[in-house]
Amino acid sequence: MAVREILCYPDLNLKRISTAVENFDKSLLDFIQDLEDTMSVGPGAVGIAAPQIGNNIRALIVDVSAKKKIKQHGHLILINPEITQWEGLKIGREGCLSIPDYTGNVIRAEKISLSAQNQFSETITFEMEGYEARAVQHEIDHLDGLLFLDRLVSRNNDLFKRKIKT
Amino acid sequence: MNNWHMLTIVGEDKPGIVAKITYTLYSNNCNLGEASMNRLGGNFTTMLMISSNDDKTKLHDLLAPICETLNLRFHIDDIQGKLHDHHVPTTLITVSGADRSGIVSQVTNTLFENGLDILNLSSDVAGTESKPIYIMQIEGVTNKETSDLERALQPLKENNIDVSVQSIDTLVG
Repeated sequence: MAVREILCYPDLNLKRISTAVENFDKSLLDFIQDLEDTMSVGPGAVGIAAPQIGNNIRALIVDVSAKKKIKQHGHLILINPEITQWEGLKIGREGCLSIPDYTGNVIRAEKISLSAQNQFSETITFEMEGYEARAVQHEIDHLDGLLFLDRLVSRNNDLFKRKIKT
Repeated sequence: MNNWHMLTIVGEDKPGIVAKITYTLYSNNCNLGEASMNRLGGNFTTMLMISSNDDKTKLHDLLAPICETLNLRFHIDDIQGKLHDHHVPTTLITVSGADRSGIVSQVTNTLFENGLDILNLSSDVAGTESKPIYIMQIEGVTNKETSDLERALQPLKENNIDVSVQSIDTLVG
């Protein structure tokens, strides 16, 4: 398998909306392996989405298992993921493999209900919160042609403490 | 364009300063790097990285007329243009309380003694003239636990200064 080049902003492929995966075949499994290999060499990345390596399909990997003491579901391959419910909003700091040397504050849902398929086309669902929910939302944004730059909020206000009422 | 300079400008704030200064620089083949611009106590303040083929003296001559027109004082230093070297903050410290002298000194010295490297500091004096309050946010890098810093900053809390220390857990995806 292979480590592929990570596309960096302002590459226009990062701004395209990805298409749903329909064929769960060997080429998908091979691609997922490439995605995995590429994420593993990224600097401390907890997720990666297919468009970041130049394939605009709705597939991503999230793995926040390196973070201790948080609620999480381990290593996840998510195909055609959809957020079916969300609750609460919180601000957190994000960076991106596709935007080197920059981090910024972004508002995300605190809790999400997620429906997706795994690489074998089986439906999987999750209730997620906190850091893992943030990582999934960051990666799903990639599938919709959005980067965290599109969601930046001010660095200069005390937004970490404040929970936004919905 | 290998010559990097830091342009510092201070003066009474008024609309159009940024547009006029940056147009002057752009139309004289200067390239802008990172910048910090703030309104502090009604004053326009900026620190602006400029890359140019011109030396400091020529840049000074270029900026003098527009700054005189806008009633601004400015200063230029030669610098190393060290881009693409951002440090990611690990910790956010928020300090607030009735304004009195010594808060910044106390906080920053405590943080320094406890191994925190300050990356960004911003502060405001809010409230009213009769009851001013001081609000400061510091982002920094440290290996220490937030509980260690909280403990070190405890004496401030005992003097009616609110201090919160939070870790910044940056997600990279």
